Amino acid sequence: MTTLMGGVAYDPKVVTIWDGFRRWLRGQALDFDYVLYSHYERQVEDLVAGHVHAAWNSPLAWVRSARLAAARGRRVESAVMRDTDQDLTSVVVVRADSPARDVADLAGATVAVGAVDSPQSTLIPLSFLRGEGVRDLAVRRFDVGVGLHGDHIGGERDAARALVAGEVDAACMIDGNHLLFGQEGTLPAGTTRVLAQTPVYDHCTMAIVDTAPPEEAAEFVRLLGTMSYADPEVRPLLDLEGLKQWVPGRMSGFGPLTRAVDEVGFYDASGGVTAAEYAP
Amino acid sequence: MTGERAPLDLGFLSFERGAHLLVARALRGIPIGGRVLVTGGDPALGVHLRAWARQRGHGFTPVPERSATWELVRGPSELQRWQGAERAGGPGVDGIVDRPPARWGLAARGALVEPGGPEPRFDIDRREVVWADLAPRLYAHAAAAQWDPATAVDWAAAPAEPVPADVEAAVVQVMTYLVENEQAALVVPAGLLARVHPHFREVQQLLAVQAADEARHVEVFSRRATLHGGPMGTSSAGGRSSLASLLAEPDFSLASFLLSVLGEGSFLALLGFLEQYAPDPVTARITHLARVDEARHVAFGVAHLEHQSSLDPTLRGALRSAIERRHDALVDTAGLNADVFDALVLLAAGGWTPAAIARGHARVQELQHAMDDGRRQRLARLGFPPDEAAELSALHTRNFM
Ligand SMILES: [Fe+2]
Ligand SMILES: [Fe+2]
Repeated sequence: MTTLMGGVAYDPKVVTIWDGFRRWLRGQALDFDYVLYSHYERQVEDLVAGHVHAAWNSPLAWVRSARLAAARGRRVESAVMRDTDQDLTSVVVVRADSPARDVADLAGATVAVGAVDSPQSTLIPLSFLRGEGVRDLAVRRFDVGVGLHGDHIGGERDAARALVAGEVDAACMIDGNHLLFGQEGTLPAGTTRVLAQTPVYDHCTMAIVDTAPPEEAAEFVRLLGTMSYADPEVRPLLDLEGLKQWVPGRMSGFGPLTRAVDEVGFYDASGGVTAAEYAP
Repeated sequence: MTGERAPLDLGFLSFERGAHLLVARALRGIPIGGRVLVTGGDPALGVHLRAWARQRGHGFTPVPERSATWELVRGPSELQRWQGAERAGGPGVDGIVDRPPARWGLAARGALVEPGGPEPRFDIDRREVVWADLAPRLYAHAAAAQWDPATAVDWAAAPAEPVPADVEAAVVQVMTYLVENEQAALVVPAGLLARVHPHFREVQQLLAVQAADEARHVEVFSRRATLHGGPMGTSSAGGRSSLASLLAEPDFSLASFLLSVLGEGSFLALLGFLEQYAPDPVTARITHLARVDEARHVAFGVAHLEHQSSLDPTLRGALRSAIERRHDALVDTAGLNADVFDALVLLAAGGWTPAAIARGHARVQELQHAMDDGRRQRLARLGFPPDEAAELSALHTRNFM
C-alpha cells in the first residue's frame, strides 16, 4: 500500500523537496507518494480523516491535528522532526534608542507581528508578553501567507521593516530570522536591540495518524532516520529542507503554543477553527 | 558539564558583523563532540549563537552559572559534507588526468570537489584527443599578442594615390568574402570550446582567445568594407556551402584539421597576398594583423595533430577520409565565389590594361600554388608521404577556407 504524506506548498521549492524525498524513499523500496495542500487546515482535516497517512505539520497544525483526532476517537503521533525543529525561541525587538528596558515598559506600545496564524512571530510571542503582564498592547499584524502558519517569511520581514521605519515600538520574530534580518540588512547592525527572548519551543513535526498502515508508517520513519548528511545524494535534500538530521519526534515542546492557542481561542478543544480574522 | 572547553572571547563583535567566522574557526579547531566556551558583549549574541548553531548542526547551551557565556558542541555535518571529497587532478599541467569525470564539472583543476551536484556533459573529455603540450605556451603568446582594432589600425590613413572606384569595389568584395570566412572561423572554435571538459582549461583558454582573434577579424574586415560607404559585395551559395561543411564536423580533431591546418593554413597565403597587393594602407595593415593571428591558429592545429598522429597511427586514415568526405559533399558546388576570384585578379593587376590583367591572373595562380605548397608541407608534418600529401591537398575546397 502506498504511504501517502501531505505537505503544504508554502514555496515552489516544496515540489523539489518532496519530489526528491519521494524518489529517494522509493529507491529504498518504500512505496511513497505525497500530495500538496495550499494551506494547513485542509491537510490536518485530511490527515485525521485518513485521506493521507502522514502530514508534515507546522506546530500549529500539530496542535489542531491532536485535538481533531482526539475528538473523533483517533490518535496522531509526533513521529519525527528535523534537528532544527527543537528548542527554538522568539525575540521581541525594539529600536536601539527605545526607552524600553524591560518588557513591562511596552505597556501601551504598538508591537508588530507576523501573520495571524504564525506560531513564532505572532501566537507564541504575544502569549509570552501577556504572561509577562504587559498590558494595553496594540498589535499590528502583517498577514502574509495566511494559512501557511508562518512558513512564509514575508510577514516577519514586514514587521521588522515597520520597526526600523518607526511605525511600531517593537517587533516579534523567530531567533533565526533575527539573525537573518541582521545579516541581510533588513535590521541594520546597531539600530535595534533584543528586549526579550521567549522560552524554548518546538516547531514542525511529522504527524502520523493511527489509521495509517503501521508497518509502512514505521518504515517511513525509520528510513528518514537513516538519511545521512554524509550521503551526497541525500545532502541536497536535507539542505533544501533545512536540517542535518531527522530526530525522533516529541510532544514536550508544544506547551507554549498550546497555551497561546487557548488564550486567543484559535482552535476550540475539539479542533474546530475558532480564530477571529483567520481565513486561509 | 565536564571536559576541556576551548575558550572563545568575541569581544563586542556581533553576528551582523561577522562573528560567525570566529565561531566556525574555533569549532574547526576541536574534534567532533568537543566544546567551545563562547563569551562576548554583543547583547544579541546569545540569540544569534543559538540560531546559528542550530542551523549548522552544533549543540548549544547557555552556561547557567555565568552571564553572557554559552557552550557549543561541535556537530559532524561539516566533516560529513566533505567526506568522500576528491581532488580534481592537480593545478599544474602535470596534474591533468587522462579522462576527467563529468562530476568534476566546472571545478577548478586541483580543487577539492564536494561529492554530489550536477554532472554537466562535456563530451570532449579525453586527454589524448584534446591536449597538446604546446597549448599553455600558445595561449600565453596569444594573450600577449592581442591588439585593439581602434588603435592598431590608422583608419584615416590615406593611400599614396587615389583608389579607383572599381578597385575599391574589388577590395569591398574581398572583405565581404573574408567576413563570412572569419565568421565560420569564429563559430567553429567557439562550438568546440563549449564541449571541452574545463579540466583542460589551457585548451579552452586557447580556443577562447582564438575566437576573440576571429571576432577582431570580423570587425576589421567589416569596417574596411564599409569604410568608404559603398555597398557590401556578394556572398555565393558555393562559398557558404564550403563553410557549412566545416561547421558540420563534430569531431574535435577532424574539425581542427579541416579548419586550422587546411583552411587557416591556406588563408596565411591569401592574407599575405592581400597585404602585398593592397591598394591602400588600411587593407594592408588589417590583413597583416590577421595573418599574425592566423599563424598561431595554424600552429596549434598542426602541433596538436602532429602529437596525436605520433600516438595514433589510425589518425591519418581518419584525416584522409575527412578531406574526401568534404570534397564529395562539395563536388557539385561552385567553390570559390567567381566575384572574389575576379577581385583578387584585379587587385594584383593594379589596372585594366590587358598586360596588367595577365599579370594579376598569373599572381593569383602563384597564390594558389603557394596555398597548395603550404598545405602539402603541413600534411607532411602530420606524416603523410609526399604523393599522398599532394593528392589530398588537391582535394581541398576551392573556397580556400
Ligand atoms: Fe581569422
Ligand atoms: Fe583563425
